[in-house]
Amino acid sequence: MELHADRTRCIGAGMCALTAPAVFDQDEEEGLVVLLAAHPPQDSHPAVRLAVGGCPAAALALTE
Amino acid sequence: MQHEPSTTAPVTIPTQRAAGCPFDPPAGLAEVRERDPLARMTYPDGHVGWLATGYAVVRTILADPRFSSRYELMHYPFPGGPEGPIPPAPVGDMTGMDAPEHTRFRRLLAGRFTVRRMRRLTDRVQEITADCLDALERGGPGTDLVEAFARPIPALMICELLGVPYADRERFQSHAHTLMSMDAAPEDRYAAMTGLQEYMAELVAAKRAEPSDEEPSGEGPSTDLLGELARDSDLTDEELVGVGGFLLAAGLDTTANMIAHGTFALLSHPAQAEALRGAQDLAPEAVEELMRYLTIAHTGIKSALEDVELEGRLIRAGESVTLSFEAANRDPERFPDPDSLDLGRRATGHLGFGHGIHQCLGQQLARVELTVALPALFERFPTLRLAVPAEEVPLRTNMNIYGVHRLPVTWDEG
Repeated sequence: MELHADRTRCIGAGMCALTAPAVFDQDEEEGLVVLLAAHPPQDSHPAVRLAVGGCPAAALALTE
Repeated sequence: MQHEPSTTAPVTIPTQRAAGCPFDPPAGLAEVRERDPLARMTYPDGHVGWLATGYAVVRTILADPRFSSRYELMHYPFPGGPEGPIPPAPVGDMTGMDAPEHTRFRRLLAGRFTVRRMRRLTDRVQEITADCLDALERGGPGTDLVEAFARPIPALMICELLGVPYADRERFQSHAHTLMSMDAAPEDRYAAMTGLQEYMAELVAAKRAEPSDEEPSGEGPSTDLLGELARDSDLTDEELVGVGGFLLAAGLDTTANMIAHGTFALLSHPAQAEALRGAQDLAPEAVEELMRYLTIAHTGIKSALEDVELEGRLIRAGESVTLSFEAANRDPERFPDPDSLDLGRRATGHLGFGHGIHQCLGQQLARVELTVALPALFERFPTLRLAVPAEEVPLRTNMNIYGVHRLPVTWDEG
């Protein structure tokens, strides 16, 4: 699984950091998404899929 | 499941909640959703637009930039609303802006409301909650939970975060209330807007005169966000006044209603309250489910900027679409057995905080407040119950944010 985050689309709602905190964080200045792992470990995949699908600004994408 | 495009006459928006069902959306919404989740709708001003009630279509429209949030483009869906054209959003009111204006404000603020910063407020929320529980106990059986508990917790938190003196609340609380009222007379609405602006203008002037010594960054939550913005951002005085009033009003009347209405719902579902009391770690899921089940921010309005084809229908440029978040969050195609309150369900994906670029800026603060306040209340008062019959609890049927006006509660003392 490979993750992509588009920080120009991100609105800093924090849904990804809430849903999969091991994989997503927010920067302190603008609250925008920070990828902690572009290739997240297997056990995080269900949460990552939920986070990608739940992003309010469609800023996240994944290829499997 | 396929829905046949509607061949029936346009609907009007159902607004009547069934007697004895204070937690359910107006009864007619489910019927409209079953028949046609994207239905033609006649607006009180005669406009023929749309009413979206299905989860999938509501979520799609919220995420689609071809639909505008600008007030001056919208037709108001509820009877008794403003007559004539709706003026544009006041300066700083982010809910009435599209990108890129919206992006500028969101970028300035989102970093102050991150998951991590808001979680650092947990201890402070616990302190305030404990104080409010003491006040409730001092008030004794029969005390109004809204006044003693639900309102002060989020009000204190938003004041501390923004750098607004809580002692000034007489000067802004009633104005914020009027602005949230769907049936406020235009002159009252105008007076409330002016009053809130006057208050914020004084505050902003004071912050400009005496720059904040708050550290600009760091990982902690803000304790003077308006002061920081006055010092560090490129916002004009007018913008700062506007955005300050917007943040304050948004922080006052939302979570307060979730605390009070959430309490009412739990008191009416004793097995669910018991489950929450028995397992504190259920609280985050319980909060999501209460957000879904109650959907107190019940309705949104968008207007098409161009012709948009959706679900085989053509929404024409200029047409308004009323988005029923409360109907969408009860859509059985998304949430099985949607009319049951089930704190153990995974309600992730609900539209209680909205969706799209306008999704609630303060949602992580609300989550912390609700996750602390609701379990603490039921821990402290295991015998908590209504002090009046449920049907006598006054409901906020006339407000943009649903809930209860008052919630008299009682408990066994000693």
